Amino acid sequence: MNILHLLADPLSYEFMTRALIAAVMVSIVCALLSCWLVLIGWSLMGDAVSHAVLPGVVLAYVLDLPFAIGALVFGFLAVILIGAVRDTSRVKEDAAIGIVFTTLFAFGIVLVSVTPSDTDLMHIIFGNILGVSRQDLTQILILTIAVLLVVLLKRRDFTLYAFDPTHAHAIGMSPRLIGAVMLALLAVTAVATLQIVGVVLVVAMLIIPGASAYLLTNRMSMMLIIAPAISVGCSLIGLYISYYADTASGGMIVLAQGFVFTLVYLFSPRQGVIARQLKRRRLRSAL
Amino acid sequence: MNSSRHPHQPAAHPPGPGASTALEVRNVTVRYGSVLALDEASAVIGRGRICGLVGMNGAGKSTLFKSIVGSLKPQSGSVRIAGLPPAKARRAGLIGYVPQAETVDWDFPITVREVVGTGRYGRTGITRRLTRTDQDAVEAALARVELSELAGRQIGQLSGGQRKRAFVARGLAQGASVLLLDEPFAGVDKRSEQMISTVLREAADSGTTIVVSTHDLHALPDLADEAILLMRRVLLHDSPAEVLRPQNLALAFGLDPLGRPTDTRRADEAPADGGAVAEAEAAAAGDAAAADENWDGETR
Repeated sequence: MNILHLLADPLSYEFMTRALIAAVMVSIVCALLSCWLVLIGWSLMGDAVSHAVLPGVVLAYVLDLPFAIGALVFGFLAVILIGAVRDTSRVKEDAAIGIVFTTLFAFGIVLVSVTPSDTDLMHIIFGNILGVSRQDLTQILILTIAVLLVVLLKRRDFTLYAFDPTHAHAIGMSPRLIGAVMLALLAVTAVATLQIVGVVLVVAMLIIPGASAYLLTNRMSMMLIIAPAISVGCSLIGLYISYYADTASGGMIVLAQGFVFTLVYLFSPRQGVIARQLKRRRLRSAL
Repeated sequence: MNSSRHPHQPAAHPPGPGASTALEVRNVTVRYGSVLALDEASAVIGRGRICGLVGMNGAGKSTLFKSIVGSLKPQSGSVRIAGLPPAKARRAGLIGYVPQAETVDWDFPITVREVVGTGRYGRTGITRRLTRTDQDAVEAALARVELSELAGRQIGQLSGGQRKRAFVARGLAQGASVLLLDEPFAGVDKRSEQMISTVLREAADSGTTIVVSTHDLHALPDLADEAILLMRRVLLHDSPAEVLRPQNLALAFGLDPLGRPTDTRRADEAPADGGAVAEAEAAAAGDAAAADENWDGETR
């Protein structure tokens, strides 16, 4: 009874209800994408795209266009620039990523500082989940549901792309197109996630759930269930804790994810370091 | 006709252009930057034939495969699979590819059955959901390589030979008419090697054309109907026995026992250092998937 009360109490505030709905939707979508990002080895790309969308979002705001369009343009611009720097100079990919996304992000910060708006720079960088308006929520729902539909339809393509792009190519699929679709989903998801945890922490939502699930199962189909479950759980826990302890909600959500990953990393039945250590010791004593 | 083909072609299966031609590579030249990987390579392989591809590391074997699949675009020359350019052949599901072990992520959360299932993706609808027919084809392919009982395992939990059999099963499930295998016998136990050879022979007998790159020269005569000796260009395309003659191998591997060219006719094609090509191939391998997918096999 008491616990029910504890859970229901925040929902009496409309802003908390909106925050919860937004957090759940964004968590699910981020977690699904994170499964493929972790397997392809695109974690840094997720980081880059989520930062690089900032100037696009600000420009879209100025031009009164949907945020998603600005994000898509700058998300792809970032990927193209990274590829160009990597392929046409001796600079390696990690450095190219670091150069391109920070520059675009800096451009975004400068744009925010000269744009008269009611959006606080701090909200973009650290998120403003409790300030999600009805309009914001509509936009987040449209974006996340769109991503969800594409993911549901094309999940097997993504998995094959991650596992064996050469075979995908040989049987007439287009790895390049699948990769581009995935980047587009990444950019769109970054816009929606930005409001929840802020630009800086988007990448956490795009890596930690998938990485945790990867340590818990050997099956992709299970990963695609475990990762969203972890992500949604962490968002709810983080949000409630931030409500009662009066802490930063975005930070609390990601902290919860980091905590869960630590537990999984240590105690996963097969892939956890403790289980592996025990197995190694057993093998050694058997010898 | 191709000038580099040896005159002693086995008469029983004349691999000339025509209705029985499954694979035709004509004057394919590939450069990685300044490194020449394939130099006017040409070969015609008939339907239902098994062709061994022999050459040292960096001789251009992987480059030739990539040119056939169309994952890289030769500077010149053309490829035809059952008369079709690579892009059309891919869409028709004609090309099956069994990758080298090193290029596969064995920790990937995918089961053996799912790997074989991806062989059917070209025939599926928008969500790639397998139909009853697809599933039957997958189970039949698994049974043929004797992996039915291990089908639920994660792919990395198989032995080296079983892993290779899984990928061969994928090619069978696909029903490809040209099957390319890149070093299928590397790190494979004898039993798996035997089984793969038998399965390939059955597939060939039912009309599949098979190209196998291999270092296992001893197994070649039992496995293949014909062989290609590759050293950036096609040095020799003949019966395995002929290709395996020491003086011919010397051309491709630089093992000339007499210290001089054994065949003056081909002295100008004496082996060069393939190391640079191997390096360039390795560098290009990562870009294979990102390469131009719509290369149509025409000369540019």
